[in-house]
Amino acid sequence: MSTATEHAHDDHHHHMPTGIKRWIFTTNHKDIGTLYLWFAFIMFLVGGAMAMVIRAELFQPGLQIVEPNFFNQMTTVHGLIMVFGAVMPAFTGLANWLVPMMIGAPDMALPRMNNWSFWILPFAFIILLASLFMEGGGPAFGWTFYAPLSTTYSGDSTALFVFSVHIMGISSIMGAINVIVTIWNMRAPGMTWMKMPLFVWTWLITAFLLIAVMPVLAGAVTMVLTDKFFGTSFFDAAGGGDPVMFQHIFWFFGHPEVYIMILPAFGIISQIVPTFSRKKLFGYASMVYATTSIALLSFIVWAHHMFTTGMPVAAELFFMIATMLISVPTGVKVFNWVATMWRGSLTFEVPMLFALAFIVLFTIGGLSGLMLAITPVDFQYHDTYFVVAHFHYVLVSGAVFSIMAAVYYWLPKWTGKMFDVTLAKWHFWCSLISVNVLFFPMHFIGLAGMPRRIPDYALQFADFNKWISIGGFAFGLSQLIFLAVVIKACRKQGEPVSDQVWEGAEGLEWEIPSPAPYHTFETPPVVK
Amino acid sequence: MSASERPQHGRLVVKLVAIVVGMFGFGFALVPLYDVFCDITGINGKTENTAAVYDGVTVDTSRTVTVEFITRTNSGMPWEFTVETRRVDVHPGEMAQVNFFARNPASRDIVGQAVPSVSPGQAALFLNKTECFCFNHQPLAAGAEAVMPMKFYVDPQLPEDIRFFTVQYTLYDVTASVADVAMNQG
Ligand code: HEM
Ligand SMILES: [Cu+2]
Repeated sequence: MSTATEHAHDDHHHHMPTGIKRWIFTTNHKDIGTLYLWFAFIMFLVGGAMAMVIRAELFQPGLQIVEPNFFNQMTTVHGLIMVFGAVMPAFTGLANWLVPMMIGAPDMALPRMNNWSFWILPFAFIILLASLFMEGGGPAFGWTFYAPLSTTYSGDSTALFVFSVHIMGISSIMGAINVIVTIWNMRAPGMTWMKMPLFVWTWLITAFLLIAVMPVLAGAVTMVLTDKFFGTSFFDAAGGGDPVMFQHIFWFFGHPEVYIMILPAFGIISQIVPTFSRKKLFGYASMVYATTSIALLSFIVWAHHMFTTGMPVAAELFFMIATMLISVPTGVKVFNWVATMWRGSLTFEVPMLFALAFIVLFTIGGLSGLMLAITPVDFQYHDTYFVVAHFHYVLVSGAVFSIMAAVYYWLPKWTGKMFDVTLAKWHFWCSLISVNVLFFPMHFIGLAGMPRRIPDYALQFADFNKWISIGGFAFGLSQLIFLAVVIKACRKQGEPVSDQVWEGAEGLEWEIPSPAPYHTFETPPVVK
Repeated sequence: MSASERPQHGRLVVKLVAIVVGMFGFGFALVPLYDVFCDITGINGKTENTAAVYDGVTVDTSRTVTVEFITRTNSGMPWEFTVETRRVDVHPGEMAQVNFFARNPASRDIVGQAVPSVSPGQAALFLNKTECFCFNHQPLAAGAEAVMPMKFYVDPQLPEDIRFFTVQYTLYDVTASVADVAMNQG
């Protein structure tokens, strides 16, 4: 498809500082990508530890280990960390590493801003985590911070929560601007729009979603802040405001946000499946259009999170139908992946295993989403474990699995060595089994009526919860295998790999040497 | 790539930042938009905040509408709050009066604010109040009580399929936020 005309050799470029200073002052997209990925991994483990607290408490009915208020802080901060600290920075890290290499650019367009967007992120999370140790505890109102929980019934730490969300938002907005400018202006000659790898396409669209909705989130937290501390009444009925309006504003951000967390995953899967099927991606153009329509539709479905707030029937019908419409382009994608594999020469290397698990498990999550989209039945499912099952299928066995697939796929390119395949397979199979033990029974207890976000539950849910907790601990432990694989890989243990790494891999990033040199494509390649 | 052929990123960045600023503004613009939208459609069950005028309204005796009243106090609001009758039957266009009672059993003066909510929401557009305690703050000294009248008529334009609707008043303690407002009502 294309050739790199030059393989960067850059010995004369190495005036860079060493040690910690290298990482603090770096403007290199590969360094920053690495920083993002490690940060995301650490946050994944921290948020995961909180999930372990939640599952330990729910192992048995009754209150055993933590106070209800602390339990609520755990569900809240677990959600915030996983969304804003793990999944989003991991995708940004992948974008940093891969987008310039895939479009034949020497670096991101705005390297200095890139450094800033990463380095403010740790502070956001230090603030958020520190708020847990304040008197009265950290935020306990759920990651969705509904008013009046976050305005009237919250503690003083709400100010810290608002501040840290602002910083996270600024970081992702800067990251998104950088991605857009890079893709817009820095494609190598010949890299036309419809030749761009799908990971680049999906990230471009994600970046537009980010700059469109992160500011709305910033507005929502600002209103919560002024309602709580400065006497405004945006969400306070006594002062003429409306608490339901909070939900409208939040979900106007929130639904596009869930697509921010899945579109790059679609891109990753669309890179991996063709490689290990040794075929071109089926329906490239339809993938691009499907992604675009998902992104556009995601702005008109937000109220499917609010079916039970007492909307008029016409609005419920509108949001129900619009939501179901989204499954059409989503179905197109799943169809295209399967069609790509059809009659391909499949092999099952670790990235492909994760990609296949993604396709199956994400689809299960999409189907439970469709059930939730049916307004009358959502009255039963809303705020139960069924919703928890739905979004963990799309986010854990969806987004998180795709990130793992991506790491296994590109790690040899980054380090120049093949990772420990045996350990990685252990990681895969342990994760695959435990993730289902963890999340599948949640469908049943949800349908049976167990509400979400509670530290205690009725006795009839005890057996299922025990299994769920066992699955949870197993899934948590399995991720330590992942940690081991990645650490071994970073220590450059393993067999050296070729430039192409995977037989069947296509694209500019596979034409540069392995490990990828510090500077690549200083003279742009020509894409034919 | 040499510096001279480096593409100019500045203009694109400015445009993108403009989108960001615009969307931040849009988040806040949603607040008035939401109110206007609900005002026009009445879908959030809020009624007018000002008195309607009863003038030249023809009474439609061909049908009767049942209006139900619910009183409640927000958490932390100690008042007793009741209504003399749970429901009234009226013809559209006919004036009616309902008295609400409030007593402040607490040992401090409290200013209350009643907020109405109509269900189904569409009926809110057709509930015209010529007088309502919810238009003003209601101050009550410790131990005092008050009769709070509400006069209304149902607009004859009320859709045929609505034969029954509920008006709920919630009393909020707004003493803190109106601490500087003098007691101007008895
Ligand atoms: C086929 C596509 C999908 C449909 C039809 C769908 C539908 C829904 C509906 C109706 C709800 C609200 C349930 C309730 O609260 O009662 C919901 C919740 C949720 N969905 Fe989806 N969904 C889809 C895909 C996704 C994807 C791809 C993601 C993220 C990657 C996602 C993440 C979430 C999350 C996080 C929540 C819960 C938010 C909360 O209340 O905390 N969904 N979904
Ligand atoms: Cu949604």
